[in-house]
Amino acid sequence: MSSVAATRPSGVRRRPLVGSAGLAAVYRKELADHLSGWRFLVLAALVILSGVAAAYVAARTLSDTLAAAGELDAFVFLRLYTTGSTTLPPFTFFVAVLAPLLGIALGFDGINGERNRGTLSRLVSQPIHRDAIINGKFLAGLAVITLMLAVLVLLVGALGLQLMGVAPTLEEFLRLVAFVGVSIVYVAFWLSLALLCSTLLRQTVASALTALAVWLFFSLFAGLLFGLIADAVAPVTDPLDPQQVLRRTMWETNLGRLSPTLLYEEAVQTLLNPQVRSLGPLLLEQVVGAVAGAALPLGQSLLLIWPHLTALVALTIVCFAAAYIAFMRQEIRAW
Amino acid sequence: MSVMSKVEADAGASAAPAGAAVMQTDNGQVRAPVIEARGLSKRYGQHWAVRDLDLVLHEGEIFGLLGPNGAGKTTTILMLLGLTDATAGSVRVLGHDPWREPLAVKSAVGYLPENVGFYDDLTGRQNLLYTARLNGLPEEEAARRIQGLLETVGLTGAADRPVRVYSRGMRQRLGLADVLVKSPRIVILDEPTLGIDPAGIREILDLIARLAREERVTVLISSHLLHQVQQICHRVGIFVGGRLIAHGSVAELSQKLAGGAPLVVDVDLAARSDVSRARGLLAGLDGVSRVEADPDGARLQVHCSRDVRAALARALLEHGIDLVGLAVHTYGLDDIYHRYFQGGDAGEQRGRDAAERRPA
Repeated sequence: MSSVAATRPSGVRRRPLVGSAGLAAVYRKELADHLSGWRFLVLAALVILSGVAAAYVAARTLSDTLAAAGELDAFVFLRLYTTGSTTLPPFTFFVAVLAPLLGIALGFDGINGERNRGTLSRLVSQPIHRDAIINGKFLAGLAVITLMLAVLVLLVGALGLQLMGVAPTLEEFLRLVAFVGVSIVYVAFWLSLALLCSTLLRQTVASALTALAVWLFFSLFAGLLFGLIADAVAPVTDPLDPQQVLRRTMWETNLGRLSPTLLYEEAVQTLLNPQVRSLGPLLLEQVVGAVAGAALPLGQSLLLIWPHLTALVALTIVCFAAAYIAFMRQEIRAW
Repeated sequence: MSVMSKVEADAGASAAPAGAAVMQTDNGQVRAPVIEARGLSKRYGQHWAVRDLDLVLHEGEIFGLLGPNGAGKTTTILMLLGLTDATAGSVRVLGHDPWREPLAVKSAVGYLPENVGFYDDLTGRQNLLYTARLNGLPEEEAARRIQGLLETVGLTGAADRPVRVYSRGMRQRLGLADVLVKSPRIVILDEPTLGIDPAGIREILDLIARLAREERVTVLISSHLLHQVQQICHRVGIFVGGRLIAHGSVAELSQKLAGGAPLVVDVDLAARSDVSRARGLLAGLDGVSRVEADPDGARLQVHCSRDVRAALARALLEHGIDLVGLAVHTYGLDDIYHRYFQGGDAGEQRGRDAAERRPA
């Protein structure tokens, strides 16, 4: 006891009140929790195994093709990430499907988990700004996502080098960096959506299921729904009438761009397939004079998906802002 | 403190009842108030959770905020911590407004919430270390302080086991250590004895009393367990239906409950048939202000201005009324408890009635 009494400061507070100390402490704690938790380990193993398997199959297919053709295709290294086979879909498919699950897994019990354990009231009574809690959680999740995606892409690249013996060009490398960046933003969207659910819903199970339902909707049903809406708004009575077909296609495309999943898929497609030069319908008169199969430079590809990137970042910010505001306004004893 | 809130504080102090701002201790030291609430109110929708609370806590005292569940104790605590804003009234904790300067208040106030929780996968020590980091304690100092606190609360053996294996009592003791990590000047404990067996309760309370003494902290304990908690409290406040209906030491409360009369004598007669005759007889005695009869038994309660037991006994014997018991009635905790606490809504109603009867 005497030791405790001895360390007690005499009256004066000796520490400056720095809010960022709280943020750093929350961030460190959350990061340690994520990296040592079974949840992250299971999902990371799943993503890495499936990604590597897909890339392995792609590498084998590509080296066979290379051997047969006897010449190097342009951007062969990128194909490692986009080539599928009859048995396995490509690497990008697995990232697009599984990475959102990682974001959801990192965030779905962020706030309500603390509440249910009874640690939130202890946390908010410490001398930290209240937003340090939700900011720290978001940043820790973001760090884990960044780490995992970077490791995954590098791992696949190393595998490709080993199996194909083809080194990436600078342009390919930059495109891969851009791909990782877009993927981080995309997963960050799911992370902030999960955090929003965990702020608004009391039960961790409910918030997990809600976030999964949104993910399922955008992954599976949104495309069908947008197609149906496009059919209803711009019906094609005569399949030979280009005006009608164009109108319906435009409706479907533009509706689809409300979906973060489709935005992400289009962005990835553009980044990893330099041949993609337009997203959406392309009229014959627009491609007159174009060199078939010619690749776009990285700058032009980025320009093409700039609206997509902006929309993805905006969606992430909106979700996180909603979670932030809801958390800051919540009564600690609201439930 | 801003100019505005300074003005408010001055206004609050001048409006305070005389002598409330400072308290003389036994040895003549002047104790400064560390918590001051004036007219504090909180409304949820149509329901007033706390109404017009005036509360002054002085340095080094242990104050028990006692009341049945749902009386507004936790709401009061949340307002003191700045975790909930008050609908009306003002609070100063160590001179700070908790709503405007939450960090200043939270760095000096340790709060043990009701049903405190820990990160189950972390060890007790790791949980405390996290709190230390949140308080910006340097790592070495934190480790030293945590070791000392673990010894104090008797958890050194279990310190490096995950909290998931801790018993309820161990969690509560870990909670106490957690509250003290920041070297608080004020400790607020919300139902610290909830769900603990009697031996554990005694242990926790002894610990709290010892810590208050040795660490020289002001302690505010909220509880619905009047009997246990009052043992270590210097003063208690009875909180019912959002109002603080009485406060003071337990002796003072007994006094208040007696309705101003200094003394009540319980007179037990041998036969019920004698009750009405004895009542008339005793009411006429010098020094007796009022006599109440228990309708079911052979007991009379004699309210008197001085100790008239000898005269009572003599008068009854002279008139041939057999007396089997004669004792000064003390309003103990049981009376306080029965009067204010028990019976849920009915108890609150009684509490409200009492609050309305309470002399200004």
